[in-house]
Amino acid sequence: MTAGTNVAVNTELSVSLWRGAQDGRYETYRVPQRASQTVLDVVTFVQRHIDPTLSYRFACRVGVCGSCAMTVNGKPRWTCRTHVAKVAGRGKLEIGPLANLPVIKDLTTEMQPFFEKWQQAKGVFAPTKTRHDAVAQIEPDTPARKAADAAIECINCGVCYAACDTVRWNSDYLGPAALTRAWTLVNDERDGGNTARLQAIAGAGGCHACHSHQSCQELCPQALNPTATIAALKRRTATAYLKGEIKL
Amino acid sequence: MNVRVYLWQRATAAVMTPLVVVHIAVIFYATRHGMSAIDILARTRGSIAWAAFYSVFVLAVSIHASIGVRNVLSEWTPLNERRVDACAVFFGLVLVVLGLRAVAAVVLW
Repeated sequence: MTAGTNVAVNTELSVSLWRGAQDGRYETYRVPQRASQTVLDVVTFVQRHIDPTLSYRFACRVGVCGSCAMTVNGKPRWTCRTHVAKVAGRGKLEIGPLANLPVIKDLTTEMQPFFEKWQQAKGVFAPTKTRHDAVAQIEPDTPARKAADAAIECINCGVCYAACDTVRWNSDYLGPAALTRAWTLVNDERDGGNTARLQAIAGAGGCHACHSHQSCQELCPQALNPTATIAALKRRTATAYLKGEIKL
Repeated sequence: MNVRVYLWQRATAAVMTPLVVVHIAVIFYATRHGMSAIDILARTRGSIAWAAFYSVFVLAVSIHASIGVRNVLSEWTPLNERRVDACAVFFGLVLVVLGLRAVAAVVLW
């Protein structure tokens, strides 16, 4: 019997939710089971019907905004698109805040370190033209554009960052999302900030710290492959270093 | 690990790949032919080729392994960067000394 089938015969779910800040604990609630129920539905039920003081974060509910990621039965997931039937073995759910980030309260984490690393990785577009220039014509079939397109659908949910062993071990590591963002800009022919960007990601906490464990690509809800983009960044920065384009 | 250390680790790995294959082939050859220590030493003593082969091997291993140890210490211990570097350099030097001593033992004496 699969986990999904097993859940279907239960009428209630046993849901353990993280309560409190970093030094909090799990508390268990009974939540009615519904057809096509998502993990976010479960959390919302607790907040609306059992304990209105429960804190959590969501916005779009359709997998676009990337704000509802939590740890579900030990793995980071986007809760609005994760069906209970797929993850609740024996009708049990344990839902906590994302790992590798400070907990503000309950299921809400402080995302500032995550986005600061985007800044450190120079994940900001550096324009080479002004509004007075003609719009750049980008051929969609070029290798660079294809490489950028393959990585550009990141929704900043933080799932890869929470799943990453290297982030857990090395607080300076920029993480899969920031490096993936950098990779899209490295391949953007309109961008003029590549030297500074490659320099920023060639240091101690940069792309070479990645151990290629591939948790990021396994759990990315957008089915991106940050491991591959980080490997490509390793090659690109190594080439730039050998050519003397960047210095340490 | 920054890009410079990364390149050293990859470069030494590339150097070691053929050396490991030859090293294992030599072990198989020696054991399958029932060679004694005296037989082996008779072939290695005074050999510049074997001295060069294993000296390069020792140096590549020492650099490669000390970088690996540095990564482990950096990620798994509370040591600061300076102490991690010192431990890695010490470990690499120990490997160099022990390795070259072993090379000298089978080539020089």
